[in-house]
Amino acid sequence: MRLNGGEALIKSLEMMGTEVIFGYPGGAILPVYDPIIDSKIRHVLARHEQGAGHMAEGYAHATGRPGVCMVTSGPAATNIVTPLADAYLDSVPLVCITGQVGLAAIGTDAFQEVDTTGITRSITKHNFLVTRAQDIPQAIRDAFYIATTGRPGPVLVDIPKNIVDAGNPDAYFEWEWPETTDLPGYNPELPLDHDAVAEAVELIMAAERPLLYVGGGVLKSRGAEILRQLAELMNLPVVTTLMARGAFPDSHELCLGMPGMHGNYTAITAMQKSDLLIAMGSRFDDRVTGKVGAFAPEAKIIHVDIDPAEHGKVRQPDVAIVGDCRIVMEAMVDALRTAGGAESAADHSAWRQQLSGWQENFPLTYEASAPGELLKPQFVLEKLRDGCPADTIVASGVGQHQMWTSQYWQFDHPYTWVNSGGLGTMGFSIPAAIGAKAAYPDRTVWAVDGDGCFQMTAQELVTASVSKIPVKIALLNNAYLGMVRQWQELFYEERYSEVYLSHDMPDYVKWAEAMGCVAFRVEDPDEVEAVIARANAINDRPVVIDFRCHSNEKVYPMVAAGGSNDDVMVDPSQEALLVVAKAASASQNGEPS
Amino acid sequence: MTRPGDLSHHTLAVLVENKAGVLARVADLFARRGYNIVSLAVAPTRGERFSRITIVVDVESAPLEQITKQLFKLINVVEIVQLAPEESVERELMIATVQVGQEHRSQVVELVDIFEGKILAVGSNHLTVSLDGGPSKLDDFEALLADYNITELQRSGRIALPRIGRDAPRVAAG
Ligand SMILES: Cc1ncc(C[n+]2csc(CCOP(=O)(O)OP(=O)(O)O)c2C)c(N)n1
Ligand SMILES: [Mg+2]
Repeated sequence: MRLNGGEALIKSLEMMGTEVIFGYPGGAILPVYDPIIDSKIRHVLARHEQGAGHMAEGYAHATGRPGVCMVTSGPAATNIVTPLADAYLDSVPLVCITGQVGLAAIGTDAFQEVDTTGITRSITKHNFLVTRAQDIPQAIRDAFYIATTGRPGPVLVDIPKNIVDAGNPDAYFEWEWPETTDLPGYNPELPLDHDAVAEAVELIMAAERPLLYVGGGVLKSRGAEILRQLAELMNLPVVTTLMARGAFPDSHELCLGMPGMHGNYTAITAMQKSDLLIAMGSRFDDRVTGKVGAFAPEAKIIHVDIDPAEHGKVRQPDVAIVGDCRIVMEAMVDALRTAGGAESAADHSAWRQQLSGWQENFPLTYEASAPGELLKPQFVLEKLRDGCPADTIVASGVGQHQMWTSQYWQFDHPYTWVNSGGLGTMGFSIPAAIGAKAAYPDRTVWAVDGDGCFQMTAQELVTASVSKIPVKIALLNNAYLGMVRQWQELFYEERYSEVYLSHDMPDYVKWAEAMGCVAFRVEDPDEVEAVIARANAINDRPVVIDFRCHSNEKVYPMVAAGGSNDDVMVDPSQEALLVVAKAASASQNGEPS
Repeated sequence: MTRPGDLSHHTLAVLVENKAGVLARVADLFARRGYNIVSLAVAPTRGERFSRITIVVDVESAPLEQITKQLFKLINVVEIVQLAPEESVERELMIATVQVGQEHRSQVVELVDIFEGKILAVGSNHLTVSLDGGPSKLDDFEALLADYNITELQRSGRIALPRIGRDAPRVAAG
């Protein structure tokens, strides 16, 4: 069977099981768009290449399968740089196809030529410039393999126009699907170091204040089930980072929730006071550790990660285990069972008591809005959480609303939380939600968005309407770039510089309606529940709810950037109690108070 | 200036797939993560498919272990061998042009002789000389040559192989 490069590219994507391509056509990629008409792969036409990239990410977050996006050369390639960087920092498996000018024109500053592989080199796991049509199947096969194995990540394949051009006789070749990958420098399958597992088991058996510090790697390895077994077997309390929400059920008695800059007091403090952190697919990100030198000073570290370069990058581990979290945890569970399980381990009852004391004293809290006041975003999120089916997928933008969503949602299932952690990309939520909903049309998918974020990628609601991907948007409209405003309030003496957006400019309801959505506006706390119920009952169109929220609500707890995790700022209503608690713990440690 | 012979330097022999852009990938990684390269030499090896990049790295800028682990994450990097000076043979090439009149010419020729270098070209007021050897030998030669007027000088960057019979540690291998 003779195919041209364009046909071979689409056929290769089919061979890799691609269900949906999120993309945007243009000159250099035109020849590849023609065979899409005859393919069983669905193509979703985004309204901006950034949207296509985040949709592919949302798809990948929700399914664990690689997201596929395809755009043309030049400005389209630069438009998709942000999603690639986002996927790189959050280890999201992505295959991105970019068109490129013909080989003969490369290097001549041709129309819409940019050095795509050069620009994306440091924000992809790998990229290829394919130079011959017959190399396309191997490149696609290799790209999927690299994107999905080891530490997952984005892979870009740059395709010069001449090798896919149906009018070019040299673009034809006898189709052959490669039997294997051809990557002599890439071997993601590393043998498990059983000695290291044994050392880890010893530390776990002996620890008095152990804590499982769970990161996104657990989700990437499909390890939620074995994580639960590990935690329950040894009675290990668990914190789940922003990237790992849902990897362990929030409703579980061992779950302490999210640590980090806006984590809850118990999760942050548990890390600080622990004598053994079992870092499972987590990377000691600065948003989790705070000031590294002051982070978890008494803790020994077991660090399990599939990427050996994470070991010792930030904090030197006492035991480093290279491997897929699920496989390592399986080995740990076996070895811990053999060692006698919780009964034979050191007693953690004092630790557990301390933890529940903190949980009792310092729960997440906010002040309800007074009559006539605008909505409290936390209140909206509580109502949304309680009004949605259990398997609802929730995506978020970046800002205060993201932190509140992570705090107030109850994540009881893996792969229900889709968010931009490492890059912190405003505008992520709407396209990412669309990607997740494209994967699971029967599930409820909400995007919790900020007014700033909404204005960055709202046009993708046109995609949602036209392509019949009915996502729902809870817009926490606080009239501000709230997170920046919070920093200016706390650290810049309330000098508000360029953070005001306004509640009603633009008119979000009209805008949403113009894009084919059903739209509501809610200002009264008493209406919140009913409007959410109405939104949840709509499934033929996207829905936007403009929740008019307080402007000066702040996210607490908070650890200031670069500050120590010992210095948690709690909600003002808890400050007095915190002073007492700190004095008590200081005198316990024999420090002068 | 840091000298290739310094102790804070380590030599890595990095076997890479001979693909377009592979050198840029390696250089990019060093730039992005703030690692310093002291010298770098690259040429094909083992047929057309592979090249060897010999990199002298400054381990004060980052721990060697981080550097090699990050390097090994590059898909086109096949093998990294860490070459300690005492476990390996190291060579570097230097060529230099000195401006030297009749009265001092014999001194320079003598210097080249002592170091077992070569005279590559002779002009009425210039000599172009070359020397190959270990990095510290080249450092010494360069220092002595500096007594004359060096108009051009180029060093190749270090290349190295493990000594016969020694197993250089493979830091990472696929
Ligand atoms: C693309 C991008 N630009 C700028 C920022 C910096 N930033 C972080 S949060 C934020 C404010 C977000 O405002 P909004 O979407 O209204 O959310 P809120 O904090 O008010 O909930 C800004 C500007 C960013 N994270 N991403
Ligand atoms: Mg806002």
